[in-house]
Amino acid sequence: MLDADFFRRWMTATAASVEREAERLTDLDSPIGDADHGSNLQRGFRAVAATLEKEAPGTPGAVLTLAGRQLISTVGGASGPLYGTLLRRTGKALGDAAEVGAQDLADALRAGVDAVMQLGGAAPGDKTMVDALVPAVDALSESFAASRAAAQEGALATTPLQARKGRASYLGERSIGHQDPGATSSALLIAALAEAAGE
Amino acid sequence: MSDVVGGTPKAAEQGGEKLVGVVLVSHSAAVAASVAELATGLAGGGPIAPVAPAGGDGDGGLGTSSELISAAAASVDRGAGVAVLTDLGSAVLTVKALLAEGDELPADTRLVDAPFVEGAVAAVVTASAGADLAAVEAAAAEAYTYRKV
Repeated sequence: MLDADFFRRWMTATAASVEREAERLTDLDSPIGDADHGSNLQRGFRAVAATLEKEAPGTPGAVLTLAGRQLISTVGGASGPLYGTLLRRTGKALGDAAEVGAQDLADALRAGVDAVMQLGGAAPGDKTMVDALVPAVDALSESFAASRAAAQEGALATTPLQARKGRASYLGERSIGHQDPGATSSALLIAALAEAAGE
Repeated sequence: MSDVVGGTPKAAEQGGEKLVGVVLVSHSAAVAASVAELATGLAGGGPIAPVAPAGGDGDGGLGTSSELISAAAASVDRGAGVAVLTDLGSAVLTVKALLAEGDELPADTRLVDAPFVEGAVAAVVTASAGADLAAVEAAAAEAYTYRKV
């Protein structure tokens, strides 16, 4: 069973990973975005880590809803409301249980990913974070490690796609050949989940 | 902090009428402020609906700030509803996410699907005439149909 401490570890591991990879995310975002993905997420997840340390919510759902709220209010770019919605909706789907099972998490994360797709109007194949998150959720019933591998593969598979959402979509065919920064950071989020699970 | 450009509470409630508030969200503080100034200028004569710009990331950079948006919406709320107009990308997503939060914006707040400049003018003029939120929303959305050539 997964408790609030597990979800705090997930968020802390994500924050650490975003710190390490911020420059790479911004580099990926410079040819097809506005070169702020790394710094925006860094600001957001620093706020998440600081808030979780201060408030220490007691349930898995509360950890994720608080983290999502922080992202919406601190990021300043599109990734704030998108990641914020992902975590907040996942947290709400987990309800107020003190512990949840891996399958509960898989179901809740699917609800979160659905909310992101609805908010951004994106579907798989649009070269967005959805391309890492959907396969990650599909594989989560199998194991955390399988989910991490699926997310990573999904992020890499965005390279040949043409962007149909966000700023990169203005570039049309020139967006082809670049790995999507949002799918890349989503793969970091899922890798941190596997790390929190010790896989 | 957001500045309410038109309509102090007193002016907005002239004759006991509560006017719909308008919030203009842009990635640029200058764009939001200028469009607010333009819209209130064109709505002149008589009471002017309260309008607040919420532009930029709050630190002087380009981006959107949920705190600025929430503060702007609160500042123009006179109990008749708030119409929010946005420019691109994260402005749209941030407002949608705030609406989904439930308690971040005044109860009767709507994200209006409209072109930013033309929609802002239509919204402020309509709101200043004392129209309700649905009419303000319709007027702003209708601005999409004004072809220029």
